[in-house]
Amino acid sequence: MKYLVRAFVLGIVGYAVGVGLTMAIRGGGPTDEVAVVIGYIFALMGWLGGIGGIEAFGRQWVGKSVEVSTARGWRRYFQFSVDHKVIGIQYGVTLLSVLLIGGIAAMIMRVELASPGVGIVDLDDFNKIVSMHGILMVAVAVAGIIGAFGNYIIPIQIGAQDMAFPRLNAIGFWLVPPVAIALLMSPLLGAFNAGWTSYAPLSVTNESGQILFNMAIVTFGMSSILGGINIITTVITMRAPGMTWGRLPIFTWAGLATSVLAFAVTQFFAAAVILITMDRVAGTSFFQPDVGSALLYEHIFWFYSHPAVYIMVLPGFGVILEIVTTFSRKPLFAYKAVVASLFAIVGLSVVVWAHHMFTSGMANFLHGPFMIITEAISIPTGVIFLGILGTLWQGRLWFRTPLVIAFGWLFNFTIGGITGIFLADVATDIHLHDTYFVVAHFHYTIVGGSIFALIAAVFYWFPKITGRMYNEKAGSIFGVWLTVFFNLTFIPLFWAGMNGMNRRIGDYPDAFEGANKFASVSALILGASFLLFVGNLLYSALWGPKVGPNPWNARTLEWLIPSPPPEHNFTSQPVVIGSPYAYGVKGSVHAYFPDANEGDDPGDGSAQNQETVLA
Amino acid sequence: MTTLDTTPEEATAESHGEYHQDMSFQPKANRIGLWLFIVSETFLFGAFLSARWFSTGTLKPEELNQALALLLTIVLLVSSISAYLAETSIKYDHRRNFVLFIVFTIVMGLIFMGGVTIEIKEALHAYPPETPYGTSYFMLIGLHAFHVITGLLALTMVLILGLKGHYGSKQYWGVEGVVKYWHFVDLAWVIIYPTLYLF
Ligand code: HEM
Ligand SMILES: [Cu+2]
Repeated sequence: MKYLVRAFVLGIVGYAVGVGLTMAIRGGGPTDEVAVVIGYIFALMGWLGGIGGIEAFGRQWVGKSVEVSTARGWRRYFQFSVDHKVIGIQYGVTLLSVLLIGGIAAMIMRVELASPGVGIVDLDDFNKIVSMHGILMVAVAVAGIIGAFGNYIIPIQIGAQDMAFPRLNAIGFWLVPPVAIALLMSPLLGAFNAGWTSYAPLSVTNESGQILFNMAIVTFGMSSILGGINIITTVITMRAPGMTWGRLPIFTWAGLATSVLAFAVTQFFAAAVILITMDRVAGTSFFQPDVGSALLYEHIFWFYSHPAVYIMVLPGFGVILEIVTTFSRKPLFAYKAVVASLFAIVGLSVVVWAHHMFTSGMANFLHGPFMIITEAISIPTGVIFLGILGTLWQGRLWFRTPLVIAFGWLFNFTIGGITGIFLADVATDIHLHDTYFVVAHFHYTIVGGSIFALIAAVFYWFPKITGRMYNEKAGSIFGVWLTVFFNLTFIPLFWAGMNGMNRRIGDYPDAFEGANKFASVSALILGASFLLFVGNLLYSALWGPKVGPNPWNARTLEWLIPSPPPEHNFTSQPVVIGSPYAYGVKGSVHAYFPDANEGDDPGDGSAQNQETVLA
Repeated sequence: MTTLDTTPEEATAESHGEYHQDMSFQPKANRIGLWLFIVSETFLFGAFLSARWFSTGTLKPEELNQALALLLTIVLLVSSISAYLAETSIKYDHRRNFVLFIVFTIVMGLIFMGGVTIEIKEALHAYPPETPYGTSYFMLIGLHAFHVITGLLALTMVLILGLKGHYGSKQYWGVEGVVKYWHFVDLAWVIIYPTLYLF
C-alpha cells in the first residue's frame, strides 16, 4: 500500500507542479487547457515514479543494479510487481471495476430512456453520460481478456516463467489506473459530450473535459501497444521445448493475433486525439470547422476503431474455443483453418474502416469496395464459427458455467454478425446509420462477443487462479439470467432503430415508448444479475471448496501445475510432445516434466495418466 | 526488496531454486521487441503523414527555407553513419572510437535541433499553425523533434554508461538499441523532408 499511496501523492503533486509551471511561464488560469495537458503529463510521471515504475528502469539506465519486489500475499497487488500473474489479476480486478462503473452509467441512461421527454438528466448531461459509458466499456472490452487472461494464462500455456519484458508489462498495467482516474475526473472540467468516438469538430469546441479524455486515450494506447509488443515477443521467443506453432493452444494464438492488431493500429486513435488536442491548445486547424476536415478525423479514428472491434473479440474467440473443446471432450475442430482465419481477420480488419462513413460524404467510389471487403470478413469469421460448432458436434457436453455462457455467446454473436451485414450493405446502412439498430448491433458483438467471453473466461480460469471452485449453481443461474436479459434488452432496440430511432440522444418520439420501456426494465434486471456474479466470485474466492490442479480435466499447460500456480509457474522444465486438444485419443500426451522430482507432482498425476481419466 | 546485479528478466530464473529457465531467448527478445516498437512508431508517423496528404495534398508556401532543410537532412544522414560506426566500434571493443563516434553523433543531432529551431522561428511568421500548411508542418516537425530529443537523451545515456565501461564486445545491447532507434529517427526525417519540402 505504501507505494500506492506514494503514487497518488506524487501524482497530485505532479499535477500541481505542471499546472503551476505552465501558469508561471505563460500566464493564464489553472483550468486553461495547456495547463491541464502539462499538469496531466507531470501527474503521470509522478504516478509512475511513485509506484516504482521509473525506478525499475532508471536504475539500469544509470548503471545501477535493478531491484525487484519480493512481496508476497495481498501486498503485491498494490505495488509494482513484475510477476505476470499478479499483473493479470491487477488488470482483471481493475477492469471488472470499470465494467461495473460503466454499467451504472448504462442504468442511468436506461432510466432516462424509459419514457420520452427529458426525465432524470437533461439532454447535454445525457450525452456526457453516454460518452463516459461508451469509453469506459470500450476500454474494458479492449483490454479485459487480453490484459487479465492474456497476461496470466499465455506465458503458462507456452511453458514460460514470465513475459519477455516483465517490467514493461508492469508499466503497461500501471498506465491503466490513470486512464480511469482521468476519465472519471473529467466532470470537474465539464466532462466530454462528443461520444466515445469524439467526432470533430464538436470535440474541438466542447468543454475542457475533452482534454482529459484525449490524455486518457493516449495513455491507454501506450499501455495497449506495450502489452501487444510484449505478448508477441513472448510467444515468439519463450515457448517451451516442443511447443511448435502447430501445438500452440488456441487462446495463445488468439492473443497473438490480437496483439498484432493492437500494436499496429492503436497509434491511430492516439494520433486522432493528439491532433484534436493540438487544435485546442496549439492553434492548429486540422479539424477546425472553417479550414479543417471532419472527414480526416473519421478516417484516422476508424482506422483504429474498426480493427479495435476485433481487438475486442479475437481473444473472445480464443476463450470460447478453449472452453468448447474442454467441455465437449473433443479435439478442436479445424484447428489450422481456425488459426488461419484469426490472421485473415487481422489482415482484413485494417482495410474496412470506411464502412463507418457511408453517410459521411466521402467519395462515392469508395463505397463499393469497402462494402465488399467488409462482407468478406464474414468468411473467416464463419470458419471460426464452424470450428466452434464442429467441436461441439456430437460431443458429450459437460454443462458447467463456462459452457453455459459460451452457448449464450454463440447465440449473441450470431445475431451480431448477421446484423453487421445489413450495416455493411451501403443501401441499407444509409437507412440504419446512427440509429438504435447500430447500437443493438454493436452491443450484440461487443457485449455478446467480448464481455460474455470475458465472463466465461473468469469462470473457466477461476479455479486455476484462486485455487477454489466458484459456486456452480449460482454460476449457471447467472449465465442463463445474463443471456436471457441481455437479449430482452437489445432485441427491441433493433426494431426501434429500423423504424428510425436516433442514437446518442436522451429523447425520442412517443411511438418508441413501448420498446424502450421494455428494454429499460430488462436492462435493470440484467444489471442486477451482476450482484450474483460479483457475490459468487468474492464468496468463492474466500470460502469456496479447494480444487486440485485440473478440475476440468483440460490439457493445456496451465492445468498441469498447481492451483494457484507457484510464484515461478513451473518447478521443472515442461516439454511438449503432442497436441493440446487430442481429447479422447488413446495415449496422447500434451506435455510432461522430464526432470520433475517426486515432490513436484501436483498430486493427481495430471501430466501422465490424464488419458485414463478421460477415456 | 532484493538487490540483484541482473535484470528482473534474469532474476526470475535465478531466484528460483533448482530450475533455471534457459535465458538464451533474451537477446533475441530484445531485438524483436525493439523492431516491433519501431514498426509501431512507423505507423504513428504514417498517421500524421497521411493527415498532411489528406488535408493539404502537395500545397506548400514559397517561403520555405530549402537550403537549410537540405543541409539539415545531410547533417542527420551523416549522424546515422557515425552512429553505425559507434555500434561497430563497440562490437570490436574499440572503446575510444566508440566514444568519438557517439560524441560526433550527438553533436550532429544538436546541430539539427538548432537548425529546426531556426526553421520554426521563420515558420511562425511565414506560415503559422493556423494556416493549412502550417498545421501539418508544425505537427510533423514537432513529432519528429520530439523523437530527436529523446534520441539525443538516449545517446547521452549510452555515452555516459560507455565512459563508465559498461559496454564491450560481449555486451552492447544498450548501444545497439539506441543506435537502431536513431536510424529510425533519421529514416523518419527522410520521409518527412520530401513530404514537407519537395513535393
Ligand atoms: C461480420 C461482421 C461485422 C460486420 C459486417 C459489421 C459491420 C458494421 C458496420 C457496417 C457498422 C457501421 C454502422 C453504421 O454506423 O452505420 C458497424 C458498426 C459497429 N460495429 Fe460492426 N460489424 C461486424 C462485426 C462487428 C464486431 C465483431 C464488432 C465488435 C466486437 C463490431 C462492433 C461495431 C461497433 C462498435 C460499431 C459502431 C461504432 C459506433 O458508431 O460507435 N462489429 N458494424
Ligand atoms: Cu467497423
